[in-house]
Amino acid sequence: MKKLVYVDNNATTRVADEVLEEMLPYFTEHYGNPSSMHTFGGKLYRKIDEARAKVADLLGADHSEIIFTSCGTESDNAAVRGTLEAYPNKRHIITTRVEHPAVLSLCQYLARTGYEVTELHVDNNGLLDLEELRSSIRQDTALVSIMYANNETGVIFPIEEIGEIVKEKGITFHCDAVQAVGKLPLDMSKSTIDMLSLSGHKLHAPKGVGALYIKKGVKFKPFILGGHHENNRRAGTENVPYIVALGKACELAKKYLAEEQTRVRKLRDKLENEILFRVPNARLNGHKTFRLPNTTNISFEYVEGEAILLLLDEVGICASSGSACTSGSLEPSHVLRAMGVPFTAAHGSIRFSMSRYNTEEEMDYIAEHIPPVIRRLKEISPYAAEIEKLELARKG
Amino acid sequence: MWEYSKKVMDHFLHPRNVGEIENADAIGEIGNIACGDALRLYLKLKDGRIVDAKFKTFGCGSAIAAASALTEMVIGKTIEDASRITNQDIANYLDGLPEAKMHCSVMGMEALEAAIANYRGVKIKPTEEGTIICKCFGVTDNIIKRVILSNHLTTIEQVTHYTKAGGGCKSCHPEIQKILDEVWAKGELVTPKVKPPKKMTNIRKIQLIQETIDREIRPVLMLDGGDVELVDIEDNTVYVSFRGSCTECPSSKVTLKSTVESKLKEFVSEDLVVEEAGL
Ligand code: FES
Repeated sequence: MKKLVYVDNNATTRVADEVLEEMLPYFTEHYGNPSSMHTFGGKLYRKIDEARAKVADLLGADHSEIIFTSCGTESDNAAVRGTLEAYPNKRHIITTRVEHPAVLSLCQYLARTGYEVTELHVDNNGLLDLEELRSSIRQDTALVSIMYANNETGVIFPIEEIGEIVKEKGITFHCDAVQAVGKLPLDMSKSTIDMLSLSGHKLHAPKGVGALYIKKGVKFKPFILGGHHENNRRAGTENVPYIVALGKACELAKKYLAEEQTRVRKLRDKLENEILFRVPNARLNGHKTFRLPNTTNISFEYVEGEAILLLLDEVGICASSGSACTSGSLEPSHVLRAMGVPFTAAHGSIRFSMSRYNTEEEMDYIAEHIPPVIRRLKEISPYAAEIEKLELARKG
Repeated sequence: MWEYSKKVMDHFLHPRNVGEIENADAIGEIGNIACGDALRLYLKLKDGRIVDAKFKTFGCGSAIAAASALTEMVIGKTIEDASRITNQDIANYLDGLPEAKMHCSVMGMEALEAAIANYRGVKIKPTEEGTIICKCFGVTDNIIKRVILSNHLTTIEQVTHYTKAGGGCKSCHPEIQKILDEVWAKGELVTPKVKPPKKMTNIRKIQLIQETIDREIRPVLMLDGGDVELVDIEDNTVYVSFRGSCTECPSSKVTLKSTVESKLKEFVSEDLVVEEAGL
């Protein structure tokens, strides 16, 4: 088999063996409908609640505060729309310019349908100005939706400080924590967060399941209407195998949380240092300290990201890029642009995101293959001569 | 992930003719780093024939592949033959490009045009003429019109895929729509009047006329600092207006008119006659 080094874990993760094993019996053996009156189906209710308790445990929440959804994007949509519907007279939303499209596109859509949206700026390190947040809050602000950690750069926002400002005014605070859950310790019982989104496939559960935490007492209208499932907060027959899987994945995430913080962080730091050391004109995007332990986003100036990815793909390395050509649009990553990363660097940005399945040997492998790839593309680049001049000027 | 053809991957992984030519006879440069891709094309000529071509490019996989393909295509051709290469030819040479990547083939064509203009000593690159419609990517109305015509584009999205125009802030979308409307409305206007020669639709005819003017006539006029523009088409009468040095010389106009007419007769249809607009 061709060598495969998977370092794109912010995009999706492999399903943990333990998770797969746990979920499989729920397809062909225990396939009942939890809403049924018979025991065969009805007993599955308990399984769902067990999974709910495990998710709640990872978040430091009460199990009654968790509803299952189909994905992180649904959780975000449910939170934003469910809050707006609960406060029909409030027409203002605050979010950030670096949110995931699950929140940002939704807010931009809402802005076209009569809502007012404030998108908070970030600085060169990708950090917010809390004064801007404070002064943006209005009488009719219905919701503040700010991510815990950025998917592209890994930059972590000071969520509790933000929450305090928001809660001072009694406004609902939603946090898209899809990238943070399982990588950072969370405790909702002590948190200012009212609603928190998470996604299964970012923490070694399968794609197609997510959850939304809704603090007790927070006003919320269901987004998907139908039956009485999820305590009338999310209709639709429960996806039992996937919910069981998410429960198991959360249990494992809790177990491995310390490892994320230590071993995975070490892998990331090693790779990052090697690359920055070996490749001229490479620069780190995002604050160095306030960052997820698994993510590094590096720009290779004067070369283009898609070309880098294709060459890395040739040697089995899976990463991602914020370049225009890979973002599906013609402009580079909205996150990097919001941070004021120059075009010369944004087009050549590569994100490596590790998981507990990565090894040190894999980091060496990547660090070895990056410099020749960049060199090769620089040789084709018409800016090569200019770069050389720049480098000479820097040295001399 | 893009579905690239084997040929695209081959030209990306093993690009042909990378580099620069010292004392090149023509250099064409297009794009810039902010836009995400740029191409510099070098040509070496001997007796009007391209004997060597080299390139340097900053861009994605298909941009590199398109540039590499272009150099292979032009080597050995006369300047006249090379000037006939369209973006579609480049895409075809590569066994196709994903639609969202067609702008890479257009970039190749523009670089070639710029190089040819450079060789002929034309000061302004043909691509730089016209008014900028898309500020984000610096795309002019002329380029948009031409690409719409030569690639049969009908939607803004397609225009973005082929020229990048409209791919940024989107504020130019209404103007792109206007151009699309204008281009295709002309076709409809002509529809009821013209008896098209067998199997040629009106749109195709307009396209051919525009293409012939752009490819066969304008480069020649530009050599002498002149230019010609397609104004309208009514029945089989093609209205054009001459610009630049052509307008100063009344006697040359007569010859010009017949040159244009004979080219159009040759490439489009025997029935066409050329008139100067506004006379
Ligand atoms: S002006 Fe055309 S996309 Fe911005």
